[in-house]
Amino acid sequence: MTANNPYVPFPSKIKEIIKHTEKEWTFRMQYTGDVKPGQFYEVSVPKYGEAPISVSGIGEDFVDLTIRRVGRVTDEVFKLNAGDTILLRGPYGNGFDTSLYANGEVIVVAGGTGVSPVRGVIEALAHTADAKDKHVIVGFKSPGDMLFRDDLKRWADQLDLILTVDGAPEGYEGNIGLVTKYIPDVPIRDVKNAQAVVVGPPAMMRFSVMGLLQKGFEEKNIWVSQERKMCCGLGKCGHCRIGSTYVCLDGPVFNYVDSKDMID
Amino acid sequence: MGYVISRTGFESVIEKLGQQYRLYAPVRKVGEGRYTDVDVVRYDFVTKFDEIELEAKSDYAFKELLTPLSQTLFFFTENEVKEADFDDRDVIIFLRSCDMHAVKRLDAIYLENKFADPFYERIRKRVKFALIGCAHSYEDCFCVDMGTNRTTEGYLFSIDVAGDEIKSDVACPDVAALFEAADAKAEEVVPAYVTENEVRVTVPEKVPNEIYKHGMWDEYTARCINCGRCNFVCPTCTCYTMQDVFYTDNGKVGERRRVGASCMVDGYTNVAGGGQYRRTNGERMRFKVLHKVYDFRKRFGYDMCVGCGRCDMVCPEYISFANCINKLNDAVNELEGGASK
Repeated sequence: MTANNPYVPFPSKIKEIIKHTEKEWTFRMQYTGDVKPGQFYEVSVPKYGEAPISVSGIGEDFVDLTIRRVGRVTDEVFKLNAGDTILLRGPYGNGFDTSLYANGEVIVVAGGTGVSPVRGVIEALAHTADAKDKHVIVGFKSPGDMLFRDDLKRWADQLDLILTVDGAPEGYEGNIGLVTKYIPDVPIRDVKNAQAVVVGPPAMMRFSVMGLLQKGFEEKNIWVSQERKMCCGLGKCGHCRIGSTYVCLDGPVFNYVDSKDMID
Repeated sequence: MGYVISRTGFESVIEKLGQQYRLYAPVRKVGEGRYTDVDVVRYDFVTKFDEIELEAKSDYAFKELLTPLSQTLFFFTENEVKEADFDDRDVIIFLRSCDMHAVKRLDAIYLENKFADPFYERIRKRVKFALIGCAHSYEDCFCVDMGTNRTTEGYLFSIDVAGDEIKSDVACPDVAALFEAADAKAEEVVPAYVTENEVRVTVPEKVPNEIYKHGMWDEYTARCINCGRCNFVCPTCTCYTMQDVFYTDNGKVGERRRVGASCMVDGYTNVAGGGQYRRTNGERMRFKVLHKVYDFRKRFGYDMCVGCGRCDMVCPEYISFANCINKLNDAVNELEGGASK
């Protein structure tokens, strides 16, 4: 047996399962060790394979993995209960440097499951001294697709939260519209120095970044997180490569100055 | 140290080496090619000198030993993960200069690129090389322009057939002793290498972003059938996909493998929920070609492609990688107006 073989997954016990929607659950996994928001684990289910899942929450003895049931591996994970064990490898990737967002104005734009990798960032923002200068726009497809409902309620009190849905049945009282609709009206005093974090589906990220640039944000102050197929997380399998960049090694969090030239 | 040795003398050297090492060399598989009555030259283990195909260029690269097409990494039982064993005997791989350069590229991905891969490393440590000299260039070779035509170190010994004699540059004292014992004549030997190829390529020094949307790739959308053969014969393609296999007799026991992957084939970029990047074959060709002659260089400092030309030989649509490099260079010049390496 090779010592410290990085491909060997370690067992982690499910402490709790938080069900957001039928298809999106957060698995609170036993874990102690260094990990940052925006990093990811390979969830390893023997017989079914592995899937990269980003860290959606970090605690003293746990990490949260918010998993969407969309394939072979995740189907299996959804059959498990609290107390069961999942095999993991990681954490991989660079993750967000939350210290960048501690002081000054920040805007986070997140869509759908893209909220998972930035949940830890938003959580950090909520606990800063100038939390009212932290603006968070979160969008979901419909009211039924909302994740982290309890967090959203709390964040609404702690910082400037705009919660929106792409569409909703008649009678829905919240915001309706794409996240990009709300970017122009976010009150930013010093746009040249404000930081922005954008995570979500590719089209949403593209248009959100366009909106931020139009608003006057500096490219170097915009941070994005990319999602790609990954079989290893170790810079070997090649699937996540874009140009000379390996998303698993150099990302998944990128400064927009770098990511704007990354063409699949 | 160089030696000139008789064929029978060399046969005895190979036989003795075969007792100490597994010998992995190009072998002509008669009638096993893609069409009726067509041979294929691919790597296999040999024990005798006359089993080695020294004249023809191999259709497939040596890499299958270091990065097998299908490699078991672990065995799973109910609660246990056991790393797969491997054959830990020492190996000598017989290869040409272009492939020696390819080893450096495999090492870059598997040993450098931030993490070392333990499955690659454990077999790589067991591998040594013998250089097959190239007295002439082959069809489709463009090693000279890729700078891989010559290898001056990293091998135990070299082989150049000169009539009934073999000329060898021997770098390893233990191997030299075998030559001495077989009555080899000491003589200065420089392994033969190619200085000119019929196929010429010009690699663009810098590639502007506009090239990604350039019309040159449409040709490949029309011609390429995304079979992925180019990736599987390439000595520098290293991509793989994880695959779990469980035994039908006992569904609780199985193994995790990695299998060769192709960036040309459907599914390479599929993410959960149906997302996919590079849907057209032209985009995939662009992704592959730029990796081989630009993107890899940006990361590691030298080009990935070694100019062996195997992808040109194997393509069922007669797509020429070398032509594509030249078209890329023309397109870059057209966009930038000059500046080529």
